[in-house]
Amino acid sequence: MADTTGTDTNEKDTTGTGPTGTGRPAERAARRAEAAPAARTALARGRDRAPRGLRLRRGLTPWLFLAAPLVLLITFTYAPVANMVAYSFTDWDGVSPELSYTGAENYVELFTRPELFEVFFVSGYYLAASVVQIVVALYFATVLSFDVRFRNFFKGVLFFPYLINGVAIGFVFLYFFQDGGTLDSVLGLLGVHSDRAWLGTPVSANVSLAGVSVWRYLGLNFVLFLGAIQSVPGELYEAAELDGANRWHQFRYIIAPGIRPVLSLTVILSISGSLSAFEVPFIMTGGATGTETFVIQTVKLAFQFNKTGLASAAAVVLLLIILAVTWVQRRLVPDDKVDLV
Amino acid sequence: MNHRTKIAGSLLAAALLAAGCTGSGGTSKGADAKAPDDPDKVSGTITVLTHRTDLVQDGTMKKYAAEFNRTYPKVRVEFDALTDYEGEVKIRMNTENYGDVLMIPAVIKKNDYPRFFASLGAETERAKKYLFTDFTTVDGKVYGQSPMGALPGFLYNKRVWKEAGISDWPTTPAEFVAGLKAVRSKTDAIPYYTNFKDMWPLTHWTYMDGAVSCDQRATSRLAEGDPWAKGEDLRVADTLLYDIVRGGLIEKDPTTTNWEGSKPKLAKGDIATMWLGSWAITQFRAAAKQAGANPDDIGFMPFPAQRDGKFCATMSPDYNQAVNINSDHKAAARAWIDWFTDKSGYAADNLTLSPVKGAPLPEVLQPYKDEGVRFIELDDTKGAVVKEIDNESEVGLYKPDYRQDLVDLARGARKGSLDDFLGDLGKRWEEARKSTGS
Repeated sequence: MADTTGTDTNEKDTTGTGPTGTGRPAERAARRAEAAPAARTALARGRDRAPRGLRLRRGLTPWLFLAAPLVLLITFTYAPVANMVAYSFTDWDGVSPELSYTGAENYVELFTRPELFEVFFVSGYYLAASVVQIVVALYFATVLSFDVRFRNFFKGVLFFPYLINGVAIGFVFLYFFQDGGTLDSVLGLLGVHSDRAWLGTPVSANVSLAGVSVWRYLGLNFVLFLGAIQSVPGELYEAAELDGANRWHQFRYIIAPGIRPVLSLTVILSISGSLSAFEVPFIMTGGATGTETFVIQTVKLAFQFNKTGLASAAAVVLLLIILAVTWVQRRLVPDDKVDLV
Repeated sequence: MNHRTKIAGSLLAAALLAAGCTGSGGTSKGADAKAPDDPDKVSGTITVLTHRTDLVQDGTMKKYAAEFNRTYPKVRVEFDALTDYEGEVKIRMNTENYGDVLMIPAVIKKNDYPRFFASLGAETERAKKYLFTDFTTVDGKVYGQSPMGALPGFLYNKRVWKEAGISDWPTTPAEFVAGLKAVRSKTDAIPYYTNFKDMWPLTHWTYMDGAVSCDQRATSRLAEGDPWAKGEDLRVADTLLYDIVRGGLIEKDPTTTNWEGSKPKLAKGDIATMWLGSWAITQFRAAAKQAGANPDDIGFMPFPAQRDGKFCATMSPDYNQAVNINSDHKAAARAWIDWFTDKSGYAADNLTLSPVKGAPLPEVLQPYKDEGVRFIELDDTKGAVVKEIDNESEVGLYKPDYRQDLVDLARGARKGSLDDFLGDLGKRWEEARKSTGS
């Protein structure tokens, strides 16, 4: 579900005040890059009476460092998005050399066809699943951050599914849910002889697919939580224990408030992930039997019915919806500083 | 991210947006790929894009190329086998680099053929010698030629059907369903296998269009009215599929079917019937050999409908081969297409129909000949319009979605009645037909 990497955390990293604390962030970044403290002092001294050439070079340095990431960012993020937005105003079919500008027609069509948004009901399953996912991940992260036997082994086990390619997961779980497949055999061992097609009805198919999604992305949430929990100073637990706090109290009053920023980030990622669920249902059912998500529908518009323009508009709308949801959430749960002491 | 970069970023995005409308604006140029007069004078290296990854891997294509070089010694033929042919070629079609010879992908609009492909000649000329020419004809010129043709039909296990007590081909949909019921009650086989999960086998149901009406213009009629009106071919076909599923005559869990796995199952008699095309017979025979079953058990029967006491089977082309309009070696490319169609034996090797008029039928279709099945060459003059309506209405005649919904409807995973379902399809079709102005 939460398949985007934590861009937000990266951002935080650059805005946090560094050891020097002054100067523009770009300069700071450059200075940080020139790690040797000797070079840093030389630079600082040079600032007072720098000749023109040196000043120019110093102005340029951060941009030189930024060049590679900027080029990558623009080529692979902004240019495609800009193209997508441009296509959304055309009637392009994806291959014909002819495309004509149709104005907002695609958007009008999108919003006058309510059935195109019905597929968001499917996201409800994934949303419900992500609640389970967060709770379970939080539980394991908490338990495994204390001293437990085979701690690292269990950490590995939990994180492992996230490392597998999503396509492979889709295929593996197809066998898993097959008639007489892994799930049926395991249930048979437990004495439950279920005779049902797991992907056969819309409800059971969506629940099964959401279950696969939980299996897959649990590891990511778990690792995020684990990292956050481990950044809570250990003395706090000791102090709490001296005060007679049990594990639940420790969780309630130390861990939960301590990892709040990560928790809210995870919730945002889960919601946007649920709205844009794609690869697991696409590979496993192709959207059949009521498992079609908004992204699958968009892909079908673009590549099956050759309505690239309309599909681009749908993609833009999805982007806007996700941005809006994130914004609302940020307003509701402001990202304030954590102060445990 | 600091504020300045944010602004710079959005400015860049805006600039790209302006430049983003990349319409290459190529005007229709039109070119001919003329057949060379002297084989010794043709030279160059040509790349052939193909969807037959299997034939490239096992060296069969190389053998064809070697054979080709006996006549055209100075032409080097290279193959580029694409697993996801449609998807990959579609993207390459946006450049000039899409091989010298390629199969025309379904996504290209017929009217755009002259922009992408060099013409192979006038239709009046080619139609004398070849089948299927009007599938690629634009303004009287032909742009592609299929190296083989296929007939749709039911692949069935003869032994199983015989055990069920049926030796003659059913002649009506009701008889067919009764036959499947007999298979269910008298044998252990799954009467009919949908291949629901693999999707594309379901799309084959559209290819029965013409088998009920025996009408050459069956596909053109799609552009003229509701294909699901009472008595129309597609309604008959979809109703049959519905009845089969409704009667519980299919696999237990269609959502996890497996195409590769279904081949040996039919060969061994675990599955009795599947609706596919004559091209599939070789694959199933090979699967039978591998599974240690008898390849001769694999039979092929036409759609259960008769007109004047005869079955009808529509002949349709496979992918059409065409010459890239940007190719530097058009003569060599043309030579390959001609040779591959006329002399390679590709159609015979695949037990399919040869596109050359008057060529003998493959022996697997001998029963068809014996039963006097009428072969119909469909008229595709309205093919482009049908495709346009199909995309506009998002029905997807040649896409799996609506048939998957139909199967779900029949097995109760989706609410509604068959009449409403087909009526809705018809309504969407009619609306799209009006808005595309045909």
